[in-house]
Amino acid sequence: MKSDPSFNQLRPLTSAPPEIGRGEFILNVERLVTRLNNGARIVDDISFSIKQGETFALLGESGCGKSMTALSLMRLLPDGIRVASGDIKLDEEDILALPEYAMRKVRGGQMAMIFQEPGLSLNPVMTVGDQIAEVLILHQQLRGKEVHPRCVELLEQVGISDASRRASEYPFQLSGGMKQRVMIAMAMAGHPKLLIADEPTTALDVTIQAQVLKLLRDTQQKTGMALLLITHDLGVVAQMAHQVGVMYAGQIIEQASREQLFARPAHPYTQKLFAALPDAERSGQPLAAIPGNVPPLGAPLAACRFAPRCDKAWALCHEQVPEWAQLENGHGVRCHLYTSQMGSEKLNLKASLSHAPPTPGGEGVGTEGRGTSLLQVENLQVHFPIRKGILQRTVGYVKAVDGVSINIPEGRTLALVGESGCGKTTVGKALLQLITPTAGSVRFAGHELIGINAGQLRKHRAGMQMIFQDPYASLNPKMRVAEILQEGMDALSIAKNSDERQRRIDELLEQVGLEKTSKWRYPHEFSGGQRQRIAIARVLAVNPNLLICDEPTSALDVSVQAQILNLLKSLQQQLGLSYLFISHNLAVVEYLAHEVYVMYLGRIVERGTVKEVLHAPKHPYTQALLSAVPRIDGQGMKTVRLPGEMPSPSHPPQGCHFHTRCAQVMAKCREVYPTETLVSTTHRVHCYLAAE
Amino acid sequence: MNQAAHVSILFYAQNALFSEFNAGVSNMPVILWTDVMIYVLLATVLTAALWIRKRPYLVLPWQRVAKDSVGMVSLLLLSLFVLVGLLDTMHYRAALPEKSNGQTVYSAEVLSVFDALATGIKSRTEKTYSAPLAAYLYAKESMETSEGKILRDYPRLRYGGAHLVDPQRELLGDVLKRTGIGALEGLLIGVLLIVVSNMLFHFFVRFRTVWSSTGREEISKDNRLPTFTRAVKNKPFKALLITALLIAMLLGITVNLAAVYHVLGTDKVGQDVLYLALKSIRTGLVIGTVTTLVMLPFALLLGIAAGYFRGWVDDVIQYIYTVLSSIPSVLLIAAAVLMMQVYIEMHPDWFETSAARADLRLLFLCLILGVTSWTGLCRLLRGETLKLRELEYIQAAQAFGVSSSRILTRHIVPNVMHIVLIAVVMDFSSLVLAEAVLSYVGVGVDPSTMSFGTLINSARLEMGREPMVWWTLAAAFGFMLVLVLAANLFADAVRDAFDPRLNRT
Repeated sequence: MKSDPSFNQLRPLTSAPPEIGRGEFILNVERLVTRLNNGARIVDDISFSIKQGETFALLGESGCGKSMTALSLMRLLPDGIRVASGDIKLDEEDILALPEYAMRKVRGGQMAMIFQEPGLSLNPVMTVGDQIAEVLILHQQLRGKEVHPRCVELLEQVGISDASRRASEYPFQLSGGMKQRVMIAMAMAGHPKLLIADEPTTALDVTIQAQVLKLLRDTQQKTGMALLLITHDLGVVAQMAHQVGVMYAGQIIEQASREQLFARPAHPYTQKLFAALPDAERSGQPLAAIPGNVPPLGAPLAACRFAPRCDKAWALCHEQVPEWAQLENGHGVRCHLYTSQMGSEKLNLKASLSHAPPTPGGEGVGTEGRGTSLLQVENLQVHFPIRKGILQRTVGYVKAVDGVSINIPEGRTLALVGESGCGKTTVGKALLQLITPTAGSVRFAGHELIGINAGQLRKHRAGMQMIFQDPYASLNPKMRVAEILQEGMDALSIAKNSDERQRRIDELLEQVGLEKTSKWRYPHEFSGGQRQRIAIARVLAVNPNLLICDEPTSALDVSVQAQILNLLKSLQQQLGLSYLFISHNLAVVEYLAHEVYVMYLGRIVERGTVKEVLHAPKHPYTQALLSAVPRIDGQGMKTVRLPGEMPSPSHPPQGCHFHTRCAQVMAKCREVYPTETLVSTTHRVHCYLAAE
Repeated sequence: MNQAAHVSILFYAQNALFSEFNAGVSNMPVILWTDVMIYVLLATVLTAALWIRKRPYLVLPWQRVAKDSVGMVSLLLLSLFVLVGLLDTMHYRAALPEKSNGQTVYSAEVLSVFDALATGIKSRTEKTYSAPLAAYLYAKESMETSEGKILRDYPRLRYGGAHLVDPQRELLGDVLKRTGIGALEGLLIGVLLIVVSNMLFHFFVRFRTVWSSTGREEISKDNRLPTFTRAVKNKPFKALLITALLIAMLLGITVNLAAVYHVLGTDKVGQDVLYLALKSIRTGLVIGTVTTLVMLPFALLLGIAAGYFRGWVDDVIQYIYTVLSSIPSVLLIAAAVLMMQVYIEMHPDWFETSAARADLRLLFLCLILGVTSWTGLCRLLRGETLKLRELEYIQAAQAFGVSSSRILTRHIVPNVMHIVLIAVVMDFSSLVLAEAVLSYVGVGVDPSTMSFGTLINSARLEMGREPMVWWTLAAAFGFMLVLVLAANLFADAVRDAFDPRLNRT
């Protein structure tokens, strides 16, 4: 595992998605406009075509109109939104001219769609087989005994083992990844010419995402269907797409083949998107965040939509809508830089200035933890009892956290990574005593926190605080920003009088980059990124030493994520904060963290500095996790496919927890849990392979 | 704002009333138990309104209600009902003219301001049934003519149409004439009132401008005084205006006709049905609102406590409401009311007047209805709290060490208030109906208390009579329909205004 040094780093393209005989254009979309009834344009003048066997990716941040484009194609737009003008031709058939009854034949038969949340797109009271059978009966005219074998066949095709039994099961008996496979089987049942996949893997873990993406590629290769992939993830685009359309505020602002786009992004927005991706190369310096937010629907259309956030914008950009400009072979862009005289001058100027080599490596990354230890966790256990029967007897335990030891030095960032359900969030909450730990010791700044009463605990509350994942759920909608910020100060008696508090609130808002006037406003008036800033200001109000960040950027767009990461980083430098950074996003971890702990089924399987764990992983699980991350250079590490899914923590496997999915499993792995092996002074692994 | 208007009207009415009697001796005000409850409720609503006014996020949904024509029209109707109910709530005992040993003696009968205003229709009782707007009784009687012959015919009414010489010829013309005059008078008074209130409003706005320096600057800046013509262009206001004029016309007609006729006929003992129906409004309102007052603390406290604390607290509360809601509520209410009845009858010395006794029974009915009806809302609130307690802002507060009681009051209660509000308004109409059903079964209010239930109960026999007496039931039906419909439509408007899914824009 010593291939490339970091994620998300641009480099020449070597491998590519499978090239298959690509034929005629299957789908032609011409000047499609979709409006709200009040006239706001949600999808504004979009044109693209997809060839047979080709994957076209629509890339963009949330609120850009990607999903609305897909729903316009299916003619499934919600009430109050309609296609105002344009042409949609599927195999020479005008979709917009079809009557509704003919459209029903098209949906599922010619064009199928899979959605983001597999848990919500299957009917919970019908068996999986019945749901697939419905499609078969409608679109394949199969009857009676023919149906069931075909269902089983389809389920086998999407890689579901024991398919005949699974066909008679209900959705709740399947895991998330399996549900998405079933959705794909359902979509394939009608032999569609075009499959629309709307963020098909966003709700899944990286390892499952890799499985599902591979399945989509294989299916496409077998059937030669066209695939319209909607995603916000550049990594997924790099793995899947042949053609890419970048959407911004309802328009396609750049369209190119994947190779062209990744080699030379033309639009300033696309360039910024690449620059905003965190990785280790940039860990010493702030990320190139795009200021501001995606404009709301129905914003004025007089000028270039990106102009307010663009650092290359000049007067013309604020006055005139840019025309579509063709560069070489199929690469198109909507930007004044490429159409006007002034633009080409600016472009040349920029070319001479850019490409300065990035300062290599971040300072401090990889060095041993210095300073005194702030938080010491020994053998932390959180077990939830499973109760059954009338008397609610305890019949077993879900071992969510099973003996975790962590050591966070002052002013450092420690990252906890793992798939969902591995217990990382539970660790965070147990440290804060939001969930009572079953056993173990948590020593914070020399004080034991477990076993003390609420009054004593309150004294130490100020030192350790948490930033939550969802900025929409973490602020009380009925309280003003000032009241939100004041709550912690009141509870922990931080400031003496109300004048001092108000001063502190002003200070905090400035610190997190918000205007002072915003303290009289309510949370719903802010965007996701601004809300996360408020949440950060709220915890800073009590002067903590340690922040537990529970996936603080996973609900945010890439450009906003960069803003928040920059903020966290600068706060660490200014205030000497320590972070426990809980995340599944390895690129973010690599950018921000000093040390990484990898967690699997309630236990730490590997720990060490970022360099050691992410660039020379020893545990097969870490290796698999790393190889599953889609990279924007389209180049996998040595592919370690992880079969299956994480076992339930109520019945962890005997021996090494990972042996059920491990490719290099040995006999002793099945019997005894491996002890800790020291690879270096900082790098420790629980695996027999490393011990040898 | 409506309540404020009512209060001022109450003062006017009270002043008018007492000044009328000032010549003689003053009356003794009587405050019954349900009156206390109503005053408490009124005070609560007023404080809540003042509290909401200062919080823009709470005012916002109410502004949306104000923009809904149906909601505002039903609110106008509701406030008329409330006005009648409030007038009927201010009780007193009239001083009798004769004095014993220099001490003023008061009549045993407890009257209300409403009774005083409606003395006309209250006192003009006939012998027995008479149809609406009739001049003759509904049943034939043997009468002695001036010649001394016994004649069996429909006798003239003592009051209804007594001014007519030959009712058979003149009745229709007279009714039409009075209807026309009444409508015109009503319209004129309505228009006059609107003009006067508009002028008062302008005066008030100027007054404010003069006195507050900041306001003056604001207004001089854009110079946009809300004028009447501008307000008429706004749709809900227009609907409100039309409804107000229609109601004014209807009132004018009723007042004109009621002076000499029984607009809705008379009942078995000759009482005016219009009077009975108007008196029933207070009972309906008391049942609808006081019950809520009783039920709300149970539902709110127990519901959010069960949802937030989980564990044994949740178990205990769940057991209580499961047991309570599995007992048929009519049985429980019947048992409690009958016990109460026996108890009251064993202690007649506790009550100075029969009104006090009937009132206590009404209050007790409210209590028992409240105790049996909190389970639904409690369950709803428990579920919502279970959802809220897992939200991250609650966990953030816990991480700050904020106390449980503070989390409940600052975080949970404001976020479940929309459910409480909707449930309370929705419950109101079902409680008014519940009283009718209970009184029909015979375990409702005291027979001397006028209520929609007792009206319907008496209609049971009247409907089986030949010829049928239909007007008692029709009156109860009509009043209840308007009251409950207005309450429901208003609740709908409130619910829509508070529903975040409908207010995305």
